[in-house]
Amino acid sequence: MSSEAKQILTTDGIPLEVSLKKAERKNKIKAFLLVAPLLLFLVITYIFPIGEMFTRSIDDKMITNMLPKTFKEMENWDGQELPPEEVFSAFYYDYKALVEKQEHGKLGQRLNKEKNGFNSTTKRLFRNIKRKKIDESASIKEQMMKVHKNWGKVEYWQAIKRTAPPYTLAKYLKGMDMYFAADGSIAQVDEDRRIHRILWLRTLEIALFVTVFCFLMGYPIAHLLATLPMKYSNLLMICVLLPFWTSLLVRTASWMILLQQQGVVNDFFVMIGLVADDSRPEMMYNKVGTYVAMTQILLPFMVLPLYSVMKTISPSLMRAGKSLGGTPFVAFWKVYFPLTIPGIGAGCLLVFILAIGYYITPALVGGASGTLISNQIAYHMKTTLDWSFASAMGLMLLTGVLVIYWIYNKLVGVDNIKLG
Amino acid sequence: MSKNPEFVKFDKVDKSYDGKVLVVKDLQLDIAEGEFITMLGPSGSGKTTCLMMLAGFETPTHGEILLDGNIISNIPPHKRGIGMVFQNYALFPHMTVYENLAFPLRVRKVEKDEIDKKVDKALSMVSLNGFETRMPAQLSGGQQQRVAVARALVFDPAVVLMDEPLGALDKNLRESMQYEIKHIHESIGVTVVYVTHDQSEALTMSNRIAVFNDGKVQQLSDPAELYEKPVNSFVAEFIGENNTFNGEVTDIDKDKCKVKLANSEILANPISVKSKGEKTTVSLRPERALINPKDKMDNMFTGKIEEVIYHGDHTRVRLNLLGSSEFILKVPNSTSNLELKVSQDIKIGWNSLDARALDPK
Repeated sequence: MSSEAKQILTTDGIPLEVSLKKAERKNKIKAFLLVAPLLLFLVITYIFPIGEMFTRSIDDKMITNMLPKTFKEMENWDGQELPPEEVFSAFYYDYKALVEKQEHGKLGQRLNKEKNGFNSTTKRLFRNIKRKKIDESASIKEQMMKVHKNWGKVEYWQAIKRTAPPYTLAKYLKGMDMYFAADGSIAQVDEDRRIHRILWLRTLEIALFVTVFCFLMGYPIAHLLATLPMKYSNLLMICVLLPFWTSLLVRTASWMILLQQQGVVNDFFVMIGLVADDSRPEMMYNKVGTYVAMTQILLPFMVLPLYSVMKTISPSLMRAGKSLGGTPFVAFWKVYFPLTIPGIGAGCLLVFILAIGYYITPALVGGASGTLISNQIAYHMKTTLDWSFASAMGLMLLTGVLVIYWIYNKLVGVDNIKLG
Repeated sequence: MSKNPEFVKFDKVDKSYDGKVLVVKDLQLDIAEGEFITMLGPSGSGKTTCLMMLAGFETPTHGEILLDGNIISNIPPHKRGIGMVFQNYALFPHMTVYENLAFPLRVRKVEKDEIDKKVDKALSMVSLNGFETRMPAQLSGGQQQRVAVARALVFDPAVVLMDEPLGALDKNLRESMQYEIKHIHESIGVTVVYVTHDQSEALTMSNRIAVFNDGKVQQLSDPAELYEKPVNSFVAEFIGENNTFNGEVTDIDKDKCKVKLANSEILANPISVKSKGEKTTVSLRPERALINPKDKMDNMFTGKIEEVIYHGDHTRVRLNLLGSSEFILKVPNSTSNLELKVSQDIKIGWNSLDARALDPK
């Protein structure tokens, strides 16, 4: 066969490919129009907000906009020794402009975060400008160094230079309990103040265990659902789906009633003499409560993918396994179980991803030791109003999910996922 | 080695799923060692249930099943050592052909070298050498079928059960597989219990055929006898084509009886009729009735051609004969072919020996 493929023409002499494209264009347009509303919706409510979150989380334009001339001059400064006269005068004129707009206070506060002592240093300069003590025809560098000795220290100028980039990853570092030290290196916060790392680990731990519990409970249920006669399996399916038909808040609240110290479960334990009345175990407002409530709520997300996969496994495969001499366990482990892996993968991934970002349930039943990173995000959204930090943590969560998805893809293969 | 004529024995086996209806009624069936026996019957006749009981996936409600003299009702399926080929092959989709075949050997803790040898032998038996690393999904239906057969045979079971194994194949492939399975059976001499609802499959392959209907074995005999000498009208109807006349016995002799039809009388061979006045259904194979017979025949009638259908190797002629317009004739395609035209009158004759007077329908 020759390597040059001969162009195939239709009877009218139009190349076949062109003709095919033309014939299919209409279908493609139709298909696109069908998905267009959803696509638009996704762009507006998903892609755009994520982009917005990202820019917000790294946004550090405030100082960049306040000191435009300074940063322009600083481009020529090596940052090792005290900057030249041009930088000083650029800063002086930038600052003067801020004084006129009465925004100099913000700059002082922001720079003070970067290096202690900046507040007083800038205030001294402000007073000198107000009293018009600076002679703009003479060397501004020398005058400023006289105003405050800190202006003569290279560290302070280095701190200003650090704020030059309009974007910063500081919020992300904060999310991992780290910060940029004065010399630009990354440092850890003190051990007793590392709250975020604990939350991340706890979130991972709870999501992992909830996934494991859901799997352990969901697998047999899904198997029963797939193998029972229709009459019983429908009833069981309703039981599995019942949580979906009840409000999340109602379910969580009922767990609170059941699990609290004076609750139904504890009363029962006392009644049968399992625990003494004065030593009722705490099952609410800690991890136990979070585990129990989240497992119950997320169970259907494990059962449904498993069920849909198991439903497709022919019962004759297990029979074949047994008739070929495998014990029921061998037939299950070598034949049935491997065939359910796509369902296990889908279910675990679904439950884990949902669990890792779970919010309401841990907020209500979690107490102090059962809250997750999502609760921390909500706290910064609503209470401290540090939206850029909340955005940064949200994106870290999203990245984490994507990483898990990637690992899963490497291990099992996304093509093997079966949701139905 | 003398063959055990009761290698597999169903002894008074009943089976009911709901406690109300018997799916299998008082089944008494002996299968000889090395025999190829087919359970043939319409769907719902209990044949697959019998197979499942033998395999161990269903338990008899009453009675015993014996394998080589031992009662097996309480032995779980994986200890029975019975190979099985399933309707949809039931190949393990996540294992290669090699792994599928090695499965029964691995669970029996056979040595690796031995496994390789046996798998190789089984694959060459179904002429699939070189397919070891393929996945079942990469094989055609016929190849999957062969792998399933090889897998059921690879651990040298005493009995192999086949549950409509060729049902999913197209006609040509089915026919060639029939011969292939038959040849495998002949070359290794394993006992095969085969279930099908396809009568031509049963006739081609089996040593003996058990025709099932309504939970009972209607007739158990070799293919030729089954076709030539059906014992009741169900078997006559189910196996092959059949012309029937319903009537009443008016006179009966040792090997002849007179049957009165609506407005005529024919001579027939009394099989299940004993006395005068009994109702009967007379069954006659289409190929046993001849047009313008040269020899003297004791049934000679004139019919009118209603329809002529060309079938290539033969022509089917539908006649209006003795008050029925459903009488079928098969005329072989030969050079001395008669001119057959619709609404032509022709003379038909058959021997009373071939017209079997059976139980009434």
